[in-house]
Amino acid sequence: MNIEIIAFGIAKDIIQGKSVAMNLALGATVSDVKKDLIRDYPDFQSLASLKLAVNAEYVSDDYILNENDEVVLIPPVSGG
Amino acid sequence: MELNREELIRYNRQIILPNFGTEGQEKLKSARVLIIGAGGLGAPNLQYLTAAGIGTIGVIDFDDVSLTNLQRQVLFATNEVGQNKAQTAKTKLELLNPESAFTVYEEQITSENALKIIDDYDLVIDGSDNLPTRYLVNDACVLLGKPLLYGAIFRYEGQVSVFNLLQEDGSRGPNYRDLFPTPPPPEMVPSCSEGGVFGALAGIVGAMQASEAIKVIAGLGDTLSGRLLLFDSLDFTTRFLNIRCNPDNPVSGDAPTITKLIDYEAFCEGPAIPSTEAAYASISVTGLKRRMEEGPSPFVLDVREDYEYAISNIGGTNIPLGQIESRLQEIPHDRELIVHCKSGVRSKKAIDILKKQGYLNLLNLEGGILAWQQEIDSELKVY
Repeated sequence: MNIEIIAFGIAKDIIQGKSVAMNLALGATVSDVKKDLIRDYPDFQSLASLKLAVNAEYVSDDYILNENDEVVLIPPVSGG
Repeated sequence: MELNREELIRYNRQIILPNFGTEGQEKLKSARVLIIGAGGLGAPNLQYLTAAGIGTIGVIDFDDVSLTNLQRQVLFATNEVGQNKAQTAKTKLELLNPESAFTVYEEQITSENALKIIDDYDLVIDGSDNLPTRYLVNDACVLLGKPLLYGAIFRYEGQVSVFNLLQEDGSRGPNYRDLFPTPPPPEMVPSCSEGGVFGALAGIVGAMQASEAIKVIAGLGDTLSGRLLLFDSLDFTTRFLNIRCNPDNPVSGDAPTITKLIDYEAFCEGPAIPSTEAAYASISVTGLKRRMEEGPSPFVLDVREDYEYAISNIGGTNIPLGQIESRLQEIPHDRELIVHCKSGVRSKKAIDILKKQGYLNLLNLEGGILAWQQEIDSELKVY
């Protein structure tokens, strides 16, 4: 199934863009997304503890994804 | 708190707003608001909250106005460069609205003073510029039961939310730790000086915080409590994400483990990575002291952020971690390089970068500037 990863802040640097499409097996979880991101973008390891949002909700790592879900990566930003 | 005749005129355009009225204005006049940081976010908050008639405003900032601030901190002027920001803000804002009372704290907010300072206020605005302070202010607000107006900016993007707001059922809304339970390593959280920041964005996000603060105080509308607003000014998109209270939140969850303020700098630096420890040749602070006295003097490279360097330093050359690759010409190849940060984590990242660039003679200063303060110079300011 296809999902879209949308990045904010420093995560844009890591995936080298605002979004990236990912193809996952049926029944894949948020944890699988993190594993694939680390495989494709080793720097993502530093953000692996980040809570991800699916569509508009923060979810836990065992959340099971559905076709066309939007996974949002929002690292903290500190500037003020 | 009754309004005088001049106040009724001054605030007329908001008093006549639907649902606002003199009642709303009186609530603003009675309110006590603390603004953490008089910078990119703090400055617009100060301006709008003062103009709107908040009765008592506290402002805390240890830093001085710098030329690099003026691109976005429109409260300050060129002739004020070098003056304390909190004090300068007070002088300017008293001219804007003599009805408001100001308290200035020319110091850094720390685990030692935070509870005492924040306790005097009804609501707190986070306009700080670093992650340790953000966790500190969050925890202090949760422990004291104060609503926290959160805003943060990076490059062209902003985040806004309302934390720890009292709900109708008597519970408190989500807070910063529900959003970001664990801080990522410091190099993943670049500051404005590292990553840059779009000037007008600071005004937009700061004004959003001020607007939410006024709504909370006057009891207007629906706030951002339980929602995070993400704003990207570059392509003008907004996105809202729902934040829920996490029962495992260490400060506000079902079984809190944080019941008093902790060492937030240590918390955000994270543990050193033991598995790679052996790969870094190192020198102790006493070793460095001896080397400095006996010569030949090594090149000491301080890879902390410039604001950290400004607080205290041991005389090294300051090139923040994120700038190393673009400033290699400032780092000599023919001298021994001793690299340090605050506690010894970022300096290892710097050594990794320098190794890749062909530097050979590299030593990591064990324990960073914290160890230097503990073992060599106790007068050095720690943060």
